[in-house]
Amino acid sequence: MADDNLRMNALRGFTQGIPHNKALGIEAVDLERATSLFVLRYDAKLIGNPDTGTIHGGAITALLDGASGAAVFAALGEWKPIATLDLRIDYMRAADPGRDVFCRAHCYKVTKNVAFTRAVAYVDDETDPVATSAGTFMLGTKPGGPK
Amino acid sequence: MTTILDRLSAAKANRDWAAMVEAVPYAKLLGLAPVLEDDDLLTKMTYGDHVIGNMALPAIHGGAIGALLESAAIFELLYRAETIVLPKTITITIDYLRSAGPHDTFARGVITRHGRRVANVRVEAWQTDRAQPVATAHAIFLVMRDH
Repeated sequence: MADDNLRMNALRGFTQGIPHNKALGIEAVDLERATSLFVLRYDAKLIGNPDTGTIHGGAITALLDGASGAAVFAALGEWKPIATLDLRIDYMRAADPGRDVFCRAHCYKVTKNVAFTRAVAYVDDETDPVATSAGTFMLGTKPGGPK
Repeated sequence: MTTILDRLSAAKANRDWAAMVEAVPYAKLLGLAPVLEDDDLLTKMTYGDHVIGNMALPAIHGGAIGALLESAAIFELLYRAETIVLPKTITITIDYLRSAGPHDTFARGVITRHGRRVANVRVEAWQTDRAQPVATAHAIFLVMRDH
């Protein structure tokens, strides 16, 4: 993003200003030219299957949703209220127990009203994803009001 | 060692749905509680700071709503199925319909098809008025034994 102050403020805002991200251990790592990089820190409280220690799908959903919204922000380059219209998540495999999960999201198209995103959640290798998502976002929503 | 399937089987046999949540750390973190209403198994997500995605409104994080929908679908499968297997999410598509405000949120899944390998579930989430859902989803699960 062009403005480094805006970028740093946004990274801090996504990491510290969103209680659900703090509760889960989701951090915004980078924002640049319509893409975002987020990380979900592994923690026992996120476990969905206690037999294997793998993270619950719901935490991956929050990671993909948050990173996708941040990618829209990075594409717009300004604060503008947005709302997720829909998010489709495909799960490829369980996240390795004990390992942080990263997410790279890309906002590949912005129209007057709608932005379109793709995101990949992975542990080591983006080509061996834990999950992928496709999302659409409504732009310029009235805060809290109908879309 | 007591496995998750042992615990789920015991919960089902004893009709102790709270025990299903106790077995899953992430469900506890979110504050999920299955509530049996007649023969409907509702899943309640108690409102708290930990689910907030937007402090200004305030509004619940889309990821928390997604996790509630996915969990409600899984609980429905565990509740209805004759044999207990741990459903694995293949894909979930979430439509966000309204901003979810500072209230408890409920969700209920309906199984549209339960095959030998795959189950399809539709889910709705609402807050104060069931006729005004905040989000809906459809999800597909792998429900094979010993996968």
